[in-house]
Amino acid sequence: MLEKSFTKEEWTEALKELQSAYKVFVPVKEGDFHNFRPLKNGAKPSFDFQNTRLSAKSIIFPQSERMFEYSLDDSKEDAHIIKETPKDFSTQAIVGIRPCDALAFQLVRINFDNPQYRDPWWIQRMNATTIVGFGCNEPCASCFCTSVGSGPFCEKGLDALMVDLGDRFLVKSLTTKGEALLGALKSGKKADGTVLKQAQELAKGSEKKISSTVPTDRLKDKVVNELFSAHFWERISFACINCGTCTYLCPTCWCFDIQDETCGKEGDRIRNWDACMFPIFTLHGSGHNPRDKKLQRVRQRFMHKLKYYVDKYENGVACVGCGRCVQFCPVNIDIREVFGLMNGY
Amino acid sequence: MHNPYLPYPVRIDQITTETEDRNLKTFRFVFLDPEDEKKFSYIPGQFAELSIAGKGEIPIGIASSPTEGGVVTFTVNKVGQVTNYLHNMKEGEVMGIRGPLGNWYPWEEMEGKNVVIIGGGFAFTTLRSSIVYMIHPDNRPRFKDITVVYGARNPGMLLYKDELAAWEQRDDINMHITVDATDDPNWKYNVGFVPTVTEQKIKSADDAFAIVCGPPIMIKFTQPVLEKLGFPAEKIILSLEMRMKCGIGICGRCNIGDQYVCKDGPVFSLAQLKRMPPEY
Repeated sequence: MLEKSFTKEEWTEALKELQSAYKVFVPVKEGDFHNFRPLKNGAKPSFDFQNTRLSAKSIIFPQSERMFEYSLDDSKEDAHIIKETPKDFSTQAIVGIRPCDALAFQLVRINFDNPQYRDPWWIQRMNATTIVGFGCNEPCASCFCTSVGSGPFCEKGLDALMVDLGDRFLVKSLTTKGEALLGALKSGKKADGTVLKQAQELAKGSEKKISSTVPTDRLKDKVVNELFSAHFWERISFACINCGTCTYLCPTCWCFDIQDETCGKEGDRIRNWDACMFPIFTLHGSGHNPRDKKLQRVRQRFMHKLKYYVDKYENGVACVGCGRCVQFCPVNIDIREVFGLMNGY
Repeated sequence: MHNPYLPYPVRIDQITTETEDRNLKTFRFVFLDPEDEKKFSYIPGQFAELSIAGKGEIPIGIASSPTEGGVVTFTVNKVGQVTNYLHNMKEGEVMGIRGPLGNWYPWEEMEGKNVVIIGGGFAFTTLRSSIVYMIHPDNRPRFKDITVVYGARNPGMLLYKDELAAWEQRDDINMHITVDATDDPNWKYNVGFVPTVTEQKIKSADDAFAIVCGPPIMIKFTQPVLEKLGFPAEKIILSLEMRMKCGIGICGRCNIGDQYVCKDGPVFSLAQLKRMPPEY
């Protein structure tokens, strides 16, 4: 294991240096918030944030992705045949991801990489990625990561962890991938005992700052059809305007649509993020729609994360407690309340 | 790494208009690469995504039986963008097939049993596959009595009319064809809804499985008839439909509870369905 400390200036330089071997994604300040961007074209990394507005999920699972290409030009031998397109799966690093968002990759892995079917793009991109987490010194009021198997300094799913020590970053490797990344950097000095102790203290203090908790202990034992017909869905879903913001921001939402886009005689088959909040998501060709009511769609989202996923994979809940859906729901629907209602039903 | 989203290229070998309203056509496909045909090894009850470049994909039950070999067929109702386009395609044109997808009817459990097949309307496709499969000389000894109840709105809306007539002539399969109504004086089969005909013709649930595939209204009224006959919920087998995209349990839209209809289904027993949320 490597443990190195960098002054903040050294770290910014080190990230530039990494670009020779990695495509580097870093948090960049954009207006009032931060998002992950490739470190190029002068993008300036900024580690002064609580969490990025969007999670890093699009780096592994792009919001819109070309799957295949085709030609409708009948003079071509392969007209109308769907073909694979060259894709770039070169080595990349996500630097500065919060532990909750990193855990999300581990939770969705079972969907994209299951014993029966393997999503080649998600898997290859994930394999090519080194994940450098960033401990949370100041968690948000809406964070509840410690209740759902994560924590402000949780190391699950990380290849390395960065800790902000005020004037410097401590960066420690956790896997061989992380060690390779850190080992490739010339700058930084070996972290001494004082620095390591300081980081430990910060981690302990930060956990205490998580004020929100949710109960999950009884979700697995609940009878699915009883939860499904619970009376509280009416009240929970009442204010929902089906905007889909929760699904867009959620690091564990993975649903997608597949569409063909043709321009002239050439076209692409693409996949785009989709959301169970939209009525056409489940509209049949016959006109029948099993989830044509808002209540059904709101229930689907919460049941999926807190019951169906729990039952299907025995891997805990499909929520990492990042709190984005709580913060940005325009009508204040709060998943923490739903945890309580479902667990206590 | 095998890419499960990539369709096999196929050529439309034959198009047959099945019904008098011309909304149902059967498409017979041949794989451009014979190797792909081997990879597309399926079992009756499974479905596939028909894939048309520039239009998209649709999940359709496989109507042919693996015993037929060389070709694979699908009967398609004209309803949306892809199916409307497909209905206007010509023999010889190239498109794609992705699959086989989903699970199948419980053939191993049904071995040595009586099998009752109940179908309605254009949902008869995977049931056709099953019948052709079961009456093949290699397979027929594996099952006891085979009884079929198949209904359509009127005689002109029945699928596979020539085959139905041929099956009627056989003595190793009991056919009960019915129509909701007809003014055809030459109609020689039953008149009545599928649940009613099931009640009249099926005498026993002893040592039997029932496979049911049809519109929701037919399933709704057939289910109590079967339960009254004494079929346990474990032996009433249903095939469900759901809006799908990926067909491989990844894109997330076809779930009922924790089950994906595309991957964990489309075939479920009534016992399984009763444990799942009623959202289909």
